[in-house]
Amino acid sequence: MKGRVLDDALLLLSESDNVGTTVDDLGSGTEVDFDGRTVVLSENVPFGHKVAVESFSAGDEVRKYGEVIGTATQAIAAGEWVHTHNCESTRGRGDRAAAGGETA
Amino acid sequence: MGQSFSGYRRPDGRVGVRNHVAVVPTSVAAAAVSSAVADDAGAWARATPHQLGTSQPDAARRQTERVLAGVGRNPNVGAALVVELGTEDITADAVADRIAAGGTATETLTIREAGGTAAALSEGADRLDRLNEEAQRARREEADVSELVFGVECGGSDATSGIAANPAVGAACDRLVEAGGTACFSETPEFIGAEHILADRCVDDETRDKLLERVDAREGMAELMGVDLRGAQPTPGNQEGGLTTIEEKSLGAISKGGTTPVRGIADYAEDLPVGGGLTLMDTPGYDVESVVGKVSGGAQVIAFTTGRGSTTGNPIAPVIKVTGNPKTWEKMSNNIDVNAGTVFDGESIDSVGERVFETLLEVADGRQTESEHRRLEEFAINEIQPEELEAEAGA
Repeated sequence: MKGRVLDDALLLLSESDNVGTTVDDLGSGTEVDFDGRTVVLSENVPFGHKVAVESFSAGDEVRKYGEVIGTATQAIAAGEWVHTHNCESTRGRGDRAAAGGETA
Repeated sequence: MGQSFSGYRRPDGRVGVRNHVAVVPTSVAAAAVSSAVADDAGAWARATPHQLGTSQPDAARRQTERVLAGVGRNPNVGAALVVELGTEDITADAVADRIAAGGTATETLTIREAGGTAAALSEGADRLDRLNEEAQRARREEADVSELVFGVECGGSDATSGIAANPAVGAACDRLVEAGGTACFSETPEFIGAEHILADRCVDDETRDKLLERVDAREGMAELMGVDLRGAQPTPGNQEGGLTTIEEKSLGAISKGGTTPVRGIADYAEDLPVGGGLTLMDTPGYDVESVVGKVSGGAQVIAFTTGRGSTTGNPIAPVIKVTGNPKTWEKMSNNIDVNAGTVFDGESIDSVGERVFETLLEVADGRQTESEHRRLEEFAINEIQPEELEAEAGA
């Protein structure tokens, strides 16, 4: 697998990533060592989903594969599940263009 | 001498890995008769039924005709019967002529002229028998792996797609391209958010500009319609599988094409080069239409990765299913050819890529894929939508 697996639990696809991907269904309270810091899951996170390994403020970039995959829509603490409820795309947003009156 | 397989060399020089007789309706009005004629004949006859009507705006019609001709010209097709009701803008003769130009034996069937469906079935059976006799003259002969055009696709993606199945298929593409062959991936909406990586890999400015222009056009459709792409991309199923944004989905999706330079970008169903390296095709994100675009472009074999499980096949090209999700493999292994979920147990991407590549060669040699065993043969043609036509006219 490309990347680095932390404690057989979280896959960090690139060293600049701030989210990890679960390699199993993980329960709330699971502890993952991330370079000497302990990330504690604050909720259950299913296989393949993402967990914050750092804390975010609203508007911060979310990075996976060493690339920006979206922005945080609210503050996210390390150990929280990162998904559509707190992270959004910045692309293909015709809704924003419409709200701004830019639509043809 | 590179690695080889045995295939059917066609008059135009390309090599088929199957020897089907295609039954191609020019519209939905001829679809039922085409399917019935092919079903009655046997597994050697493959119908390509679709839903497009007898009349379409010019640009849409030209694309449909290109797909129909491309399907008949695919080197996996030894002979083709083109079927029409007789009222279509796209005539059977026009499609048959384009197919025959490459040296493929063709016949046409007009339901109205035959005297209705019952008579058409009977005439169709006779014509198919004649075409099959013609096709059966072909014999497998040795061909070089560089003669393969390998189309790669993903559908029902989840987080494992970008971590396991797609990079493994990408490693197989890298092997094929290194050996001199062609690999092709498509689905332009799934370049959004990853296009900068692809652009950096384009061999020249022309290819780069065309790629970025196509991505802009697909993204622009969402803006034109004032909608939010998030409702459809990632799909609800993708989201359940852990994919949050289109950028994340795209970054995983592009890895199925491997890591070699992008040598070109073809239009939907446009001919793909043989020996062309990594070539992209501008298609919609709907996987069945996307596969059909590549098969019409001449791909003889498709690899289709899935995380959540997909059973999609194709009537003309064998489809190799690959999953990176261990649970999906456990539940659906009878629909899947390669298990890439082993990367979660420590198998390297390169090693899984080698298994995909070996499967590609075996399938090219004649081994049936799971979707072929089960005759799963989805077929759909992308229809250019009115909004797209307007956007093009306004551009």
